Amino acid sequence: MSLDSKTVAHIATLARIRVPESDLPGLAQELTGIMAWIEQLNEVDTKGVQPMSGVLARDLPRRADVVNDGGNPDKVLANAPEPAHGFFTVPKVIE
Amino acid sequence: MNDMTNNKNLIEGRTGMWEMVLGLEVHAQVISKSKLFSGAATAFGAEPNTQVSLVDAAFPGMLPVINEVCIEQAVKTGLGLNAQINLRSVFDRKNYFYADLPAGYQISQYLDPIVGKGTIILDLPGGEHREVGITRLHLEQDAGKSLHDQHPSKTYVDLNRAGVALMEIVSEPDMRSSDEAAAYLKKLRSILRYLGTCDGNMDEGSMRCDVNVSVRKPGDGLGTRCEIKNVNSIRYVAQAIEYEARRQIEILEEGGSIKQETRLWDPGKGVTRSMRSKEHAHDYRYFPDPDLLPLNLDPKWVDGLKAGLPELPDAKRQRFIKEFGLSDYDAGVLVAEKESAAFYEAAAKGRDPKLTANWITSELFGKLNAAGLDITESPVSAAAVGELVGLISDNTISGRIAKDVFAEMFETGKGAAEIVEAKGLKQVLDTGAIDAEIDKVMAANVDKVAEYKAGKDKLLGFFVGQVMKAMGGKANPAMLNERLRAKLSA
Repeated sequence: MSLDSKTVAHIATLARIRVPESDLPGLAQELTGIMAWIEQLNEVDTKGVQPMSGVLARDLPRRADVVNDGGNPDKVLANAPEPAHGFFTVPKVIE
Repeated sequence: MNDMTNNKNLIEGRTGMWEMVLGLEVHAQVISKSKLFSGAATAFGAEPNTQVSLVDAAFPGMLPVINEVCIEQAVKTGLGLNAQINLRSVFDRKNYFYADLPAGYQISQYLDPIVGKGTIILDLPGGEHREVGITRLHLEQDAGKSLHDQHPSKTYVDLNRAGVALMEIVSEPDMRSSDEAAAYLKKLRSILRYLGTCDGNMDEGSMRCDVNVSVRKPGDGLGTRCEIKNVNSIRYVAQAIEYEARRQIEILEEGGSIKQETRLWDPGKGVTRSMRSKEHAHDYRYFPDPDLLPLNLDPKWVDGLKAGLPELPDAKRQRFIKEFGLSDYDAGVLVAEKESAAFYEAAAKGRDPKLTANWITSELFGKLNAAGLDITESPVSAAAVGELVGLISDNTISGRIAKDVFAEMFETGKGAAEIVEAKGLKQVLDTGAIDAEIDKVMAANVDKVAEYKAGKDKLLGFFVGQVMKAMGGKANPAMLNERLRAKLSA
């Protein structure tokens, strides 16, 4: 799989990373190389093998439905740059 | 899907008839005490950011642990929708940036949802029933809440809702009119409430709806669809669909084409408009959440839940028809909410079931509606309605008097028999007493008696009214009619 500059620009937008136009061709080349390396996995015959989504052979741990957390707005907002009246605030994002 | 075409649903355009194709995505908030992956509370209306765990706020290193009740609620809902329960499902990350999504991704389910295909039966106006397919149901986290009107240049964010469990319930594109979409939402809400898995409260946002709308000429393949967001009442869903279908037909008839996009319903203006911010948002780069193992369910546990399901609206409606001889319509009205069904069953115990149904669906519901009360707030208890019906059935009072008695019961909360006794409203079944009053009225209206005898039959109503008035409405109507006819024809 080969990535062009346009695709890299799109991925950067999705990831909210600002990439100068001049860096795009170089990044496209690097990412294409990384993809080629990963694509070696396509050589493995995986017919009839369940896709693996974890390495632990155990069940998903569950918790009981009890309220035992929260009630700490100060902690939650501790790193917020401009909290106001108990809310986080961000530049206006209205439609 | 063409077999769902129904000519009465077609919309007339300039170039001929059009058919709308509708699919609904409903986000139903799971009833649970704590969130899907954290121990923070879910109650509505708390002070901002007081029901937030560091998991919900996506602090580094925090790990999600799934709430077992949320799993159970999703499976119950799937069973209630006659759907396939997937014994293995997977949680994925849906990646996008928004101010009220602290992690930058929502934990959701993509390729392997917990519930697969199911069905729901719509109860349409006019007594028709029609089946609509459910595509899937999956569990996911809700986002936080953004408030845009608190500050001129800032958006305020409250994470209390972030991480609350939602069931996203997706329908097949099986609906063909706004009536059907409304019937779908009503039925889904009814089932969720019967199951106790979601309170279905659209005002508080615990049930939210996105509508996919496309149009086509009957018999054609599917058209390009637009997704309408933010439609938070059943009435708005119907309005948004009507507007959007018209908009698309106009574009197509002008020779244009529909752009697949997300649109926002503006209830103030009654229009849908494009959401530019969502133009690039459909690239969510889902992948399995590495913090969560696949969810495996024990088939015996699922069977146990199935066995423990309550009687659902369709089964209850059928039983009311069979057991109580109710019409499909009356049974449907009574079972729409489980509280009204329970009220009816309690009231009908040992009484005439059809008469009881009539009194509840017309008189009681009418008065509750006018007073803005729901059935759980009724000032007249189920037993009291039953008592009133009993008094009508055994001829103690006439149906006409019963209306007055009922109005007083509703006002004062007093029992029917008590009111009848105190006001002396017992029906007069004594022929002698009725005859005596008829004689008086006839004597006072000799001219009208003559007119009646001369063939003016319509005057019977006049005589009935006069005698009833004289007797305070207490004469047995059938008996009075019979005696009047006899005496007037003598």
